[in-house]
Amino acid sequence: MSLNIQNLHANIGEREILKGLNLEIPKGQIHAIMGKNGSGKSTLAKVMAGHPDYEVTAGEVTLDGLNLFEMAEPDERARAGLFVAFQYPMEIPGVTIANFIRAALQARLPKGEELDAVEYYELLYKKMELLKIPRNFTSRAVNEGFSGGEKKRCEVLQMAMLNPVYCVLDETDSGLDIDALKIVSEGVNAMRSPERGMLVITHYQRLLDYIVPDVVHVMVDGRIVLSGDKSLALKLEANGYDWVEKEALQQA
Amino acid sequence: METKPDLNIDRSIGDFHYDVDYEFDAGIGLSERTVDYIADVKKDPDWIRDFRKDALRKFESMPMPTHWASHDLDNIIFENIRYYLSQGTQPKRSWDDVPEDVKRTFERLGIPEQERKFLAGVEAQFDSEAAYSNIKAAVGDQGVIFVGSTEGLQKHPEIFRKWFGKVIPTGDNKFSALNSAVFSGGSFIYIPPGVKVKHPLQAYFRINAENFGQFERTLIIADEGSEVMYMEGCTAPKFETSTLHSAVVELVALKGAKIQYVTVQNWSANVFNLVTKRGIAHEEAEIKWIDCNIGSRLTMKYPGVIMKGRKARGEVVSIALASDGQHQDTGAKMIHAADDTTSNIVSKSISIGSGRSTYRGLVQVGRHLKGCKNNTECDALLINTESRTDTYPAITVRGKENACQHEASVSKISAEQIFYMQQRGISEGAAMSLAVNGFVNDLVQQFPMEYSVELKRLIDLEMEGSVG
Repeated sequence: MSLNIQNLHANIGEREILKGLNLEIPKGQIHAIMGKNGSGKSTLAKVMAGHPDYEVTAGEVTLDGLNLFEMAEPDERARAGLFVAFQYPMEIPGVTIANFIRAALQARLPKGEELDAVEYYELLYKKMELLKIPRNFTSRAVNEGFSGGEKKRCEVLQMAMLNPVYCVLDETDSGLDIDALKIVSEGVNAMRSPERGMLVITHYQRLLDYIVPDVVHVMVDGRIVLSGDKSLALKLEANGYDWVEKEALQQA
Repeated sequence: METKPDLNIDRSIGDFHYDVDYEFDAGIGLSERTVDYIADVKKDPDWIRDFRKDALRKFESMPMPTHWASHDLDNIIFENIRYYLSQGTQPKRSWDDVPEDVKRTFERLGIPEQERKFLAGVEAQFDSEAAYSNIKAAVGDQGVIFVGSTEGLQKHPEIFRKWFGKVIPTGDNKFSALNSAVFSGGSFIYIPPGVKVKHPLQAYFRINAENFGQFERTLIIADEGSEVMYMEGCTAPKFETSTLHSAVVELVALKGAKIQYVTVQNWSANVFNLVTKRGIAHEEAEIKWIDCNIGSRLTMKYPGVIMKGRKARGEVVSIALASDGQHQDTGAKMIHAADDTTSNIVSKSISIGSGRSTYRGLVQVGRHLKGCKNNTECDALLINTESRTDTYPAITVRGKENACQHEASVSKISAEQIFYMQQRGISEGAAMSLAVNGFVNDLVQQFPMEYSVELKRLIDLEMEGSVG
């Protein structure tokens, strides 16, 4: 059981961004992808989620054997268990967080079945406490006027509420100060489970001090070029990415 | 006649009709004979008959306002319309006495149930006349009058005649003249001094017949220090041919009185809805129009408040939703005619597909006045690139120490927002619906609870239909 990406190629317009990416995240593990700006990290997250701007030209992604690309709409993929915490979450004016998450949970119920409001709020408040989000947050519109840290906490709150099988966290550490980083990481760590796989996309190894990955991958120019354990992240931090790129070129 | 694309939206709530035998039928077309027929059936006093005939002459002499308004108005064929249809002029006081087919209609629309639950009184108009009209005993005992316009002018002439046609003169516009010639139905309400009516009074306007014009006339007088909320709803079945609805509503709020007038307009997409609504607010009085337009083919409606007394307040809160083939041409008129008067206009429109929304606002503050304030906010939301929105504000502020503020915005629901919501598992249609409800959320909360729930449901239905 895994999130399995095989030979994934994807374009935006005429430009190829993902150039044959292979990656397998077994359930129960956390993997990290590191890489320079423009290496295609965020594209990977969006392509899997089904963003309309990207075109998949080759390859396959399966969620526990289910072919992701056979699900045309992003919402089908989400309901199949894929969650993406975005680097830049959208603002939805006038829609409160409570109503938004409720609508997302309601969408997972069979037609005609209504979400129990009392149970819903109990769960919501519990998860909010964990992420140290104040109660009055629920009546604010989704991401509207939020600070960077609030947006990221809101993403992790949604993730905790929707209980996905595979999570992709895209630069969740960007825009966070150290206290917020700790809180968000605790929230993510609380979701570690043998029943769940996670992919953490990041620029900096700092995040990986808090969310300790089982495997670290390095992405260069739309491909995974190097994989290793946690120590790889430290090596990248110390020596930069250039040596990886050179090595990758030699292998190619 | 211009053809309009079919509306791909759920009209199931009002889209049904029963064959009804009409006892009174003025026939097709409009002439002095039509007016006489109506006056005869209604046993109008002479002054009303004369009022009608004078109005007919004005109507005939006035041009269509197509030099500024939509040319779609030219598609109204006045000689094809039936101007009066009824089963009798006396509304029933009990639902048990309402003829079965008519009663069935209102039951299907949920009116008797709402009456039991939360209303102080109900009037249910079926084509030209009210089939049912009743007020809760406790409210009637306070001296509140809530009857149809005919009963109002016959039984309460001393109040009726003093105000009738005074807020909106017959010749105000072509359609107020038409209404004045052939009016029938609508409400006459009088609230005695100091009486605060706790629960809303409601009128429901139902068009059942084809090729028909409904011309109700409503006059509400809130005497000094009194308060009332009036709500109106409306539906019609969707016919191939066009239907005309042209009402005139006059409100008078005497010193310190408060009137709230709530409309949820859900006419079928073949209805021309051309309505004139205006109120006069005396000293320290307050008139608030809460207006929601979801249905109709073309709506032209600009509720107004004339702030005649010092410290009077006027407010218009409006939501318009224009789907494919619809044009919602709405707005507000605020006439400041005394010192320290305040007005507020908040208008939100949503245009979908080829739907079109127009906002027209008029704010006037006279030269000799001081301390007047107006705030206008006007926001438009466009869904897909075909849709169109126009804003025509006309603000004339003279005099000193008057403040006027106008803000307008146009926004779109972006593909990124929809994608974000879909990534959380919400379908495209539900995502649109959430975004639209979010856009109007602050205004919907101003509607009475029962109406805001209904409104949200209507928006959901519209949005589901708008996604392929």
